[in-house]
Amino acid sequence: MRWGEIIRRLVLIPPTLVGVAVIVFVLLRVVPGDPIAMMIPPGATAADIERLRAFYGLDQPILQQFFTWFGQVLSGNFGRSISVHQSVFELVRARLPATLELALLATLLAVGLGAITALIGIRLRGQRVEWLVDGGVGVFLAIPDFLWALILLLLFGVLIPLLPISGRIDPEIDITLHSNFYLLESLVTGRFGIANALLHHMILPAVALALPFSALLARILKASLAEAEDQDYAQIARARGYSRPRILLREVFPNALIPTVALGGVQITLLLGGTVLVERIFSYEGIGNMAIDAVINRDFPLIQGLILTFAVLFIALNLAVDLLVTLLDPRLRHG
Amino acid sequence: MVDLGLDNAARPPSRWIAGLRRGGSRLWVGAALVAVLVLVALAAPLMAPHDPLEQDLMSAQLPPAWSSGGDAAYWLGTDSLGRCVLSRLIYSARTAVAVALIAATLAAAIGIALGLIAGSFGGWIDQLTSRLIDVWMAFPPVLLSIVLAAVIGAGLTSVIAAIVVVDWTRFARVVRAETMVQLKRDYAAAARAIGLGRGGILRLEILPNLVPLVVTLLAVEMGIAILVEVILSFVGISVAGDTPTWGGMIAEGRQIVYQAPWIMALPIVCIILSVIGFNLLGDGLRMLLDPVQRR
Amino acid sequence: MTAALTVHDLHVAIGHRRSAANVLRGASLEVRAGEVRGLVGESGAGKSMLGRAVLGLLPANAVITGGTILFEGRDLVAMGEPERRGLLGRRIALIPQDPMTSLNPVKQVGAQIAALLRHHLALSKRDAFSRAVELLEEVAIREPRRVLQLYPHEMSGGMRQRVLIAMAFACDPSLVIADEPTTALDVTVQRQVLQLVERLRQRHGAAILFVTHDLGVVAKICRTMTVLQAGRVLEEGETADVLAKPRHPYTRALLAATPRADRPAEALRPVPQALIENLWAEAYRLDRQSAAATS
Repeated sequence: MRWGEIIRRLVLIPPTLVGVAVIVFVLLRVVPGDPIAMMIPPGATAADIERLRAFYGLDQPILQQFFTWFGQVLSGNFGRSISVHQSVFELVRARLPATLELALLATLLAVGLGAITALIGIRLRGQRVEWLVDGGVGVFLAIPDFLWALILLLLFGVLIPLLPISGRIDPEIDITLHSNFYLLESLVTGRFGIANALLHHMILPAVALALPFSALLARILKASLAEAEDQDYAQIARARGYSRPRILLREVFPNALIPTVALGGVQITLLLGGTVLVERIFSYEGIGNMAIDAVINRDFPLIQGLILTFAVLFIALNLAVDLLVTLLDPRLRHG
Repeated sequence: MVDLGLDNAARPPSRWIAGLRRGGSRLWVGAALVAVLVLVALAAPLMAPHDPLEQDLMSAQLPPAWSSGGDAAYWLGTDSLGRCVLSRLIYSARTAVAVALIAATLAAAIGIALGLIAGSFGGWIDQLTSRLIDVWMAFPPVLLSIVLAAVIGAGLTSVIAAIVVVDWTRFARVVRAETMVQLKRDYAAAARAIGLGRGGILRLEILPNLVPLVVTLLAVEMGIAILVEVILSFVGISVAGDTPTWGGMIAEGRQIVYQAPWIMALPIVCIILSVIGFNLLGDGLRMLLDPVQRR
Repeated sequence: MTAALTVHDLHVAIGHRRSAANVLRGASLEVRAGEVRGLVGESGAGKSMLGRAVLGLLPANAVITGGTILFEGRDLVAMGEPERRGLLGRRIALIPQDPMTSLNPVKQVGAQIAALLRHHLALSKRDAFSRAVELLEEVAIREPRRVLQLYPHEMSGGMRQRVLIAMAFACDPSLVIADEPTTALDVTVQRQVLQLVERLRQRHGAAILFVTHDLGVVAKICRTMTVLQAGRVLEEGETADVLAKPRHPYTRALLAATPRADRPAEALRPVPQALIENLWAEAYRLDRQSAAATS
């Protein structure tokens, strides 16, 4: 039964996360690069440096460091950031909603754009202009999200200054929101002025993230639609007097959706990974941006915490996609 | 004798010509773009008008020669330190090609080796390798490469290591699947029947059939390697010092994007052309080689 | 009274101009109201193509090059798309060949039947579902309400074929084209399906064009029959007459090759290769004659 497999996947999550944690930990410790050296103020004595090192537990043997850290993680303590001097947990919690909102907006855009493109493409099937759609999709697919971010920044931020190119919101606007889910909360509580300002800042990074993903979805969906349209049941639907648009939308589309979600859904983790650079390019205050700074500063606790966060998100997304496929395909439900 | 009317049937064209036609315009366009890139990289010292490292602070932030304020001596303008943008672009191509070639080949070597092992031995070795691949792929690739490059320190080695470490799984997964499929095919059973050991089968039967697949992946991988190098340069942890890279130029250009947008825009164009070139080449190769092998 | 279906001198060709092949060469047949006519021939004889041509569902590279198809006196070939779509599924229906692939896998069968009823008969949701229950009862499906909720993969091949038969007769068609509906089923199920088709035909008063390669089936259910080979009609008439006193050597050969309960298996003789080759040669000769005549 399909559900059994889902349970199995859930059970495999903790070991996978442990694996991730171990690898990150080892990588950071084993290769050269001393975080303490990066943060010492001039004039620090050797004793000061030693005290700092002891404070962060970096003077202990590696194995001991790992178990200390792991034990802390299990009790919810992710340590303290070396560069920002705050609890890693708090830092991540403060910035994660921004990235989640951006990723959500980007996904919605990608799904919508991808579906429309695929439907247009399938409508034009067999006609000469079809290669235009295929070629366009290919170009959009070849250019990665961060390049799109730069291009959009140039086009709509600098050359035709339409939209802002940094930050989450104008500093002058007064935000009195409870959570860090600015967009969702402002929409839900009806503060459309704030939501509007937020969207102005989010739209360019979201589109940058969405474009390659939408191209991928469009390609897969169009191919699936074409294949499904050639199946017997779709041909026989014509013998029942249904028009082609009706057959495409009501008979073929639900079938084509299944491989699209299966193949394309897996790539949604790429979109999430793309936030690292895109946020940086637009100075958007999410965890992606924070990750780059953490790495440059060799902030081990923060790096570990962020990588674990990303890993959890990736695993959760993959699981969600698989669940969605099971929902869409009745043949999978009955074993 | 029945006249089946075959007189008018066209003679089948030779396989290769058919393949080239199948590869289509993608193959040619891709190959052309890649060829141009490689040429520029090789001939950099001959092609660049100026020394890419030479600074001329009196001529800083000059726009391209054709726009107002431009200088004929600097065709594509200069950056904040007065360095010739065109020369820097050309020398960046060198770095890009070098990195792409080495990193892609290494990633391929590791990935193929592990993929072959997992696919041909099966059992717990396969399970272990697959788990390893899964865990590896749970990492955000960009972050992983940034982490690696950051800790290893700046330099070509770290960039290459980062690319290899992140993307060997691409080769491993595909090679593993393909090996398993090929081993089940009849000719492998026939080879076993005549007494070929596992190593022999791998060498004589499986590897040749993997070549088209690997070649295609290599082309794609080189495009990816260029992108990763750009990312790392942009973040500031790529090759050391003044060595020009497209990513580094973009990072500088981002800071002064309102004043001198061309410094950011021109490297982007170069990158896009290179990546599209590798992608088209990979696509064209796939269309060329796949049906010939599989039919 | 106008015949349900009149096909006159139908020519259908496949492929492009240079390499076009004729699939139907001046085939004519007539199905009167309420009549069950069998259309017999080997694979490749063109019988499926004839059925498809009637439904207007020829493959993209096939085209009607001559002849007429009249349904109750109306010209199907010249008809506009919207008008034809109004007829298909409602007054002209299809029982497809392969029950395993002819139903939409992701929709419940009840929803598929109801959608058809609502599309053509504009029934309300509730009425459509109760009508669907009645239809399933007509095809002898027990527990129709439960079956409505099932997905195709939860049903056996025989059950799926009954659903398809139910859908064919759902809107009281005057003409049903049965495209080898028993070929994909095993023998015990075949009998039940044939009985069903006969019973439904009587109840709804439809004419049936029964396409098959099995003379046994024709003998059981078809009052009249037409023998098709290489796209040409070789013989036609009342089934009893044709089977008892076949005039064309091909028909005789077909009969000799058909297993019968009252004849030992050793007496079976396959249709002679030479006979088939000669018939095809004749067909090609006719092609060249008509091509020469028109050029």
